[in-house]
Amino acid sequence: MKVLVPVKRVIDYNVKVKVKADGTGVDLANVKMSMNPFDEISVEAAIRLKEAGVASEVVIVSIGEKKSVDTIRNALAMGADRGILIEEDQGVDIEPLAVAKILAKVVEEEAPELVILGKQAIDNDMNATGQMLAALLGWGQATFASEMEIADGKAVVTREVDGGLQTISTPLPAIVTTDLRLNEPRYASLPNIMKAKKKPLDEKTAADYGVDTSPRLTVVTTEEPAAREAGIKVGSVDELVAKLKEGGLV
Amino acid sequence: MTYVAPTEDMMFVLEELCGLDEIAHLPGLEDATPDMVSAILEEAGKFAGDVLGPLNCVGDQAGLGFAKGEVTTPEGWRAAYETLVEMGWNAPTASPDHGGMGLPEVVNAAILEMFNGANTAFQLCPLLTQGAIEAINGYASDDLKALYLPKLVTGEWTGTMNLTEPQAGSDLAAIRSKAVPEGDHYRISGQKIFITYGEHDMAENIVHLVLARLPDAPAGVKGISLFIVPKFIPDAEGAPGARNDLRCVSIEHKLGIHASPTCTMSYGDEGGAIGYLVGEPHKGLPYMFTMMNNARLGVGLQGVGISEAATQHAVRYAMDRVQGGTPEGTEATIMGHPDIRRMLGLMKARTEAARALAFLAARSLDFAHRAEDDETRGLHQRRVDLLIPVAKAWSTELSVHAASLGVQIHGGMGYIEETGAAQHLRDARITTIYEGTTGIQALDLVGRKIKRDNGTAARELVAEMEATAEALKTCQGGEADWPALATMVEEAAGIVGDLTDWLVAQNGSEPLSAAVNILETFGVCLGAWVMGDAAMAAARRISEDRGVPHAKAKLNMVRFYATNVFPTAAALHAIAKSGNRATLALEASDFALAV
Repeated sequence: MKVLVPVKRVIDYNVKVKVKADGTGVDLANVKMSMNPFDEISVEAAIRLKEAGVASEVVIVSIGEKKSVDTIRNALAMGADRGILIEEDQGVDIEPLAVAKILAKVVEEEAPELVILGKQAIDNDMNATGQMLAALLGWGQATFASEMEIADGKAVVTREVDGGLQTISTPLPAIVTTDLRLNEPRYASLPNIMKAKKKPLDEKTAADYGVDTSPRLTVVTTEEPAAREAGIKVGSVDELVAKLKEGGLV
Repeated sequence: MTYVAPTEDMMFVLEELCGLDEIAHLPGLEDATPDMVSAILEEAGKFAGDVLGPLNCVGDQAGLGFAKGEVTTPEGWRAAYETLVEMGWNAPTASPDHGGMGLPEVVNAAILEMFNGANTAFQLCPLLTQGAIEAINGYASDDLKALYLPKLVTGEWTGTMNLTEPQAGSDLAAIRSKAVPEGDHYRISGQKIFITYGEHDMAENIVHLVLARLPDAPAGVKGISLFIVPKFIPDAEGAPGARNDLRCVSIEHKLGIHASPTCTMSYGDEGGAIGYLVGEPHKGLPYMFTMMNNARLGVGLQGVGISEAATQHAVRYAMDRVQGGTPEGTEATIMGHPDIRRMLGLMKARTEAARALAFLAARSLDFAHRAEDDETRGLHQRRVDLLIPVAKAWSTELSVHAASLGVQIHGGMGYIEETGAAQHLRDARITTIYEGTTGIQALDLVGRKIKRDNGTAARELVAEMEATAEALKTCQGGEADWPALATMVEEAAGIVGDLTDWLVAQNGSEPLSAAVNILETFGVCLGAWVMGDAAMAAARRISEDRGVPHAKAKLNMVRFYATNVFPTAAALHAIAKSGNRATLALEASDFALAV
């Protein structure tokens, strides 16, 4: 069984995000970029399937600027088998629908039985690509996986939902999106980092797949969260209640 | 206490100052391309920050257990060591012939700095193993290599260096441990002290490299031989077999590096530990010294790592600690206080200079080992020899100072153990002592490295410093005060050149009494040189819109170095040349204690 894992190069989770002065988005110039943490979990899940003898090949795909090659190599160093870079650099984030359309074409070509995606990317928190890809392919989807078992042509997935856990089963081929608690991604070992460079990596563009990636959404404005305002001290409960009423809060 | 590997500054130093591209063209180092090295450092940084860093304070607080000759490492250390071995970080430079990765020394320098910065007490174990690998690889027979190297390279077995005896510290001529031939091996007996990781529970076997005398050995340093003495004697397949006649009789209680076992080892209590001669008889000391050169660089990198860790610690505190306010009346952190910035500036600027200098020494090791023509190899071997005592002693002295400033920035809280600032100071304090004290490094610099070659290596370096000064003179643009930087490097070259000439002309005891002053002057001047080169590279990066925030910070650090650090060179220079007679004039009776 082949497993496809899409990964995204995003602003590193340690970076303190700054909004561009003109409000068109987040300032990405000269900031550290890394693999989306949810995607690391997906890569780990796929590699574990391979180690368990369930998967035969783990293919990594990334869509974005040229430097996404580093992100793919990172996944290869963790233990994936080969990579596909689909270069698309328009200076703005590619929307989930365009990503899903490209991935649908990749799925046609590669014919995986399972696609494991992060539930969302930490840059825009869209939480949409996996679901859209499932819809485009007409496959079953199991999102927000905190446990996953692949057996007998099915994916049995425990999902983290509001108020608890839900276990569902979907026939393969299927889409699984990963949540934080599914696993703890491994470190890449030094020998594997060095081997990753020699693993095959195809380079393509979105145009090769005939997908129009031009944005359909317009960013109206991007703002930093409002700074916390200074508080006041009150002398008594009565005063507190009065102040709350004054502010229209009770 | 979080440690974040300074990968950006490391890559800057590797690419801009060490010419990583060029290194990747040396035979055998073709894999070390900048993108590969960057990926390696990212991952090594994760290991340092996520695995080693969190154990640093644990090790300091919990310390070691010792009972019946066995040492127990703190909770979590065995697992971390297992991860180190699994991830292949034990000996990155080891030859692929023995299962290593064959990475350049200069890349290993960055990895060593990270692991040391995250957890000095832990990293000593792999550092010692790397030294043992080097000695065995360099001088042991093929059979010994085949038996010991593969396990040492992975880290399944660890290595130690057994030099010191109670009466033989800096003076190894006084070594008394004995080795008596018996068939294909020797029986070793004697006591060794201060043996780092001489006993521990993280690996299945420990390979001791022991200096001892053969029965027919000449007296003094020319009668010392080097032996492999394993804790468990390997069988033909290399599995650890019978327990050898050696044991750890006690461990020391120390000021710092609490989780690194410092062992007193007793050999041959039951008739003699089985040992195997490395190389030829009576050549142990020269073998040990080749290995020690690299170990000294490793300790220099400990200094850089601890300086970096102490700086990060202090920066976090300074950004968080609210004291006083702004003139506008709002709350302010102590980062706003000029004196805090002065201290942080001293810490960071000198750490960056020391890092660049240590990495340049490692770079020269790569060229000395692998360059194709004799001339280049020779030049770089001379450069390594010259730089190592400076990189060792200057970096470690700076780390003590940086860690002390770190405590100062924390104020009263810095003196309280729970903030962790004091640990850096306690851990740093050993680094100026072991692997040759600062005094010993200074004697090595002035005697072996400058006087013995009539100043050749130092003058080659001065020529490069002058070239940097010339290049700075041609720089234009508003990023830096280029004429001032050119003057700094020109003066630095002048001072190093003058001290070299002076030393070569001296015959008395003056150089000995001035040696540490000379070494420190070299450190400050060479620091100025590398900072000058760093400024040019940073300005270039800004013009190319690459790594701009780091490059801007670098230019500010260079400016701070030029105005707040380099001016001390003139005073140090003066002390080195005119203070020594007063030193020699001090009589023992001048120190007489009141009875």
